Formats: sequence, C-alpha cells, structure tokens
Amino acid sequence: MDYNLMREFADSWVLVAMALFFVGAIAFALRPGSGKLADEAARVPLQDE
Amino acid sequence: MKFGTAIVLLSLFAFAALVAAGFGVDEPFRQHMWILFFAVTGFTAILLRKTEFKPAAPTDPSAYMDGPIRYGAIATVFWGVIGMLVGVVIALQLAYPDLNIEPWFNFGRLRPLHTSGVVFAFGGNALLCTSLYVVQRTCRARLFGGNLAWFVFWGYQLFIVMAATGYLLGITESREYAEPEWYVDLWLTVVWVAYLILFLGTILKRKEPHIYVANWFYLSFIVTIAMLHVINNLSMPASFLGSKSYSAFSGVQDALTQWWYGHNAVGFFLTSGFLGMMYYFVPKQANRPVYSYRLSIIHFWALIFLYIWAGPHHLHYTALPDWAQTLGMVFSIMLWMPSWGGMINGLMTLSGAWDKIRTDPIIRMMVMAIAFYGMSTLEGPVMAIKAVNSLSHYTDWTIGHVHSGALGWVGMISFGAIYYMVPKLWNRERLYSLRLVTWHFWLATLGIVVYAAVMWVSGVMQGLMWRENDEQGFLVYSFAETVAAMHPYYIMRAIGGAMYLSGALIMAWNITMTILGYQREEEPMPGSAPVFRAARSGAKKWA
Repeated sequence: MDYNLMREFADSWVLVAMALFFVGAIAFALRPGSGKLADEAARVPLQDE
Repeated sequence: MKFGTAIVLLSLFAFAALVAAGFGVDEPFRQHMWILFFAVTGFTAILLRKTEFKPAAPTDPSAYMDGPIRYGAIATVFWGVIGMLVGVVIALQLAYPDLNIEPWFNFGRLRPLHTSGVVFAFGGNALLCTSLYVVQRTCRARLFGGNLAWFVFWGYQLFIVMAATGYLLGITESREYAEPEWYVDLWLTVVWVAYLILFLGTILKRKEPHIYVANWFYLSFIVTIAMLHVINNLSMPASFLGSKSYSAFSGVQDALTQWWYGHNAVGFFLTSGFLGMMYYFVPKQANRPVYSYRLSIIHFWALIFLYIWAGPHHLHYTALPDWAQTLGMVFSIMLWMPSWGGMINGLMTLSGAWDKIRTDPIIRMMVMAIAFYGMSTLEGPVMAIKAVNSLSHYTDWTIGHVHSGALGWVGMISFGAIYYMVPKLWNRERLYSLRLVTWHFWLATLGIVVYAAVMWVSGVMQGLMWRENDEQGFLVYSFAETVAAMHPYYIMRAIGGAMYLSGALIMAWNITMTILGYQREEEPMPGSAPVFRAARSGAKKWA
C-alpha cells in the first residue's frame, strides 16, 4: 500500500463517506419530530441539582 | 490505609527520578530529574502526613465527586495569574530588551512558558474542572473510576510543572505549543488516556438518557487532543536518559504536521472545549435553555468536519504544495459559518432576558466572551485568505488576533464559568462581591481592546514596512527600522496586558474570599431585584 493508492482511496470513497455522514448527521438533527425531543434535551442542564 | 497504594507507587516513581538524575546523559536532563524527584517526594511526604489507618468512610455513590473540581477551580485561577504575569513580563522584554535575564529568564524561554501557561495550565485546568463538573450534572452520575479523577488532576499538574521547568532549563522540542520533550509528552499521554477513560466512563454510567451537547464538545476536545498530541510528538529520543529527541518527520511534512497540530489545538482545545463550557454555563447563569438545541448539534458536526482541514493556512507561500494551501484557506473561510452559528446560538440564549446583561456581571462577561468568539472567528478566516495573509503573516497582527481569541473568548468564558461554579462548589450563597466582577469585566475588556487595537496598527505597519519598495525595486526599510517603529506599540501592548492581569488579580481576590466564606456588603447591582441584601444569617462579614 503506497502513498498514491491511499491518496486515491482518500480522495474518492473516504471523501464520499465523510460527506454522506455529515449530511446524514444534519438530516438526522432536522428530521421531522426532532423539535420536541430537542426542546427536552435543551432542558437537561436546567433540571439538575 | 488511606493513600496506601499511592504512597507506594509515588515512592517508586521518586526513586526512578533519582536514578534518572544520577545517570542522565546531559546536564539539563539531570537538573530536570532532580526537580521531578523533589516534586514527587514532597507530594509523597504530604500524603504520608495525611494518611489514616481508620477504615475509610463509605462514599455515597449517588453524590457528585466535587473534590478534584474544587482543586481544579483553584488551579485555574492560580495558573491563570501566573501565565498572564509571564505574558506581561515578556511584553515588557520586547519593549525593553534589558529585562532579558540570561539564561533562565530570557524571552526565548519565557515565551513558551507564557503560551503553555495560559493555554495548558490556565485553559487546561479550566477545561478539566468544568468538564468534570458538567458531565456529572448533565449525566446525573458520579465520576467513574473512584480516585481516577485525583490521578488525572495531580498528573496534569505534574505535567505543567515539568513542562514549565523544562522550558526555563532550556529543554525544548521547538514545536509550537508542544515544546515539552519526549518524556514529558509520554507522561501527558498517560494522564490524557486516564482523562478519556474518566470522562467516557462517566458518560457510559449516566442516568440521563440523552447525552447533553456540552459533553459532545468536551468529548471531541479530549479525543482529538489525544490524537493530535500523539502524532505531533512522534519522535526518537537520542538517549533513553537524555533530554533530546528528533522528530519522526522532516522538512515540509514536519511543518504541516506541526500546524495540523497547532491549528487543531486552537480548534479543539481553545474552541471546542470552551464551547462545551458555553453550552452549559450560559444556560445555567441565564436560567434559560439554549436558543436552538438542533442548531447546537449542527454547530458541533460542522465544526468537527471543517476545523481539522484549516491548519495549512499557517503555511501560505511556503514549500507546502499549493493545493494544500488553497484547501486550508477554503476550509478556514467555510469555518466562519459554524462559528457564527454557534455565536448566534449562544447570544440568542439570552433572547427575552437581555436585561441580565445590565444587571448580572457574570452574564455580561459570558456575552462579551461570545462576542469575542464571533469577532475572532471572523478575523481568522479573513487572515487565512492568501492575499490578506501575505500582509498579516509573521507580523504582530497575528499576535493581536490570537489574543482577541484567547483573552476575549477563552479567558472571559472561563472567568464566567469560575464565577458561576465556585459558590456552588463551596456551598456559598453567592460570590464575595459582584462589584468586583464588574471591575474585572471592565479591566479585562478594556485591556483586550487596547491590546488588539495596538497590535492591528503595529502589525499592519510592520507588514507594510517589510514590503515597501522604492522605484528601483529596493527594500526601503531594514528590519531594525521596523522594530524601532514598533517600540511605542510594544509599550502600549504591555499596558493592555497589565490591565487584563489586574482584572485576573481582582478575580483571584474575589474567589479566595468567596472560598473563605466572606460576603462583601455592597449595594445591589442597579436595576436588579434587591436579592443580595446585607445581614444574611450565617455569612461572615468583611466590609
């Protein structure tokens, strides 16, 4: 496994995988119905002590 | 026996240091090992004096473990004052070179002491203690691993002492923000892995189903710093008992590794970790949930995905391939978006409660921190543009930019967190004095304004003088002429730094008095409900 092979792999599949993960993470955060769960999560620090 | 294992292990550690002091192959290494020997022996002696043979009282597994956090809060204030004091000293050394006292206290040795002192000793302790405070309270679980938190705290202090004394002895790897030599790096690796286990273990045993976003930021800081630290410090020691090592990389690869580390130390140590602080302490102090939780999640992932590529902007117009320079520039500009998303999220948490900026000096401090986060993350991408960088790079403008981020964002959000946390940790009704917080706020803010404005003028002037050609294409100014022209700005910069330091000294006084249980009798803040009446029962008075 030389530099060029790793470089080609990084420039293609790894790039696609990272881009998809990033888009997926944002889509998951904005999915329908997540608003209510997010509001609950936002109150986590206010409910301690 | 209380501390039994610790005493045995520390005695062995001290013996190993003594052996290394005897067999070390170079003089600085032997001196450094003597320091290690005395530090560990002194610590062991303290444990020996405090040991008990009574069976230990059972710990309540549901109670939060706040002991290391209390020590961490004190360490944050202590190292903060030390690091900022060294900063003022080296600012004066630049203005008045006679203040260089060779060999231990010249600029070359004090400068890493300042940067490591404020970044790793002050900032690191602030992150360490607030992360352990936040993770317990948002997971509703006691810290994992029994006394592991104590090992992490004291292990980290030992790292600071070894790094700081090493710089003064002239032991350095010359890698920016990673100057400690190989054996100190190895010790930090051990401590950092223990920190990761402590933090992850606490998250795994949480009773709250959701992992609050602040913990995500803290965790990304711990994991990424582990990766950056190990890879940047890959090196071969010249001797097993010597203070010199050689990097595994050379040439442009070494430069890129260093700035991949250096910029991500900014991104994950000085940004991500302190954003974790923002996402917990701003909602707590304002008593309102974060403006948009979903925006905070997008902020997190966007920051993680973009920051890691921005490092090459430190190497514009060098031997680094052109495509890598452009990549670093483009990612730096894109980074503006998540940064401002996070800034808006933090500021808008106060929507509907903007009056608190007037009535609550701690909120005011946090808001100023977020404002400086926004300003320095706008300035940074601008400076990463190659055309701008050709003027700004290697000049004081960079120093001014770093300080608007470090003093404005990192410093102010840490002060806010400390002011919030200390009365809670010591069960005090409130701080010793809110008026002193206002004093601290204005001294710090004006100090930063003086510092940053002076460095802009000085830096742009320096850059323009360097590139000034006459009609025949010759350089107009010699280097020494630019230095002479900057002299007045260097004095003003030292004044700005001294103002910031005096604010920190006021904080140290305020925190000390709060811990000792005093409350200053004072008028309530104008506009606030008179909740801080004097003559509370139980509180000691100190007018």
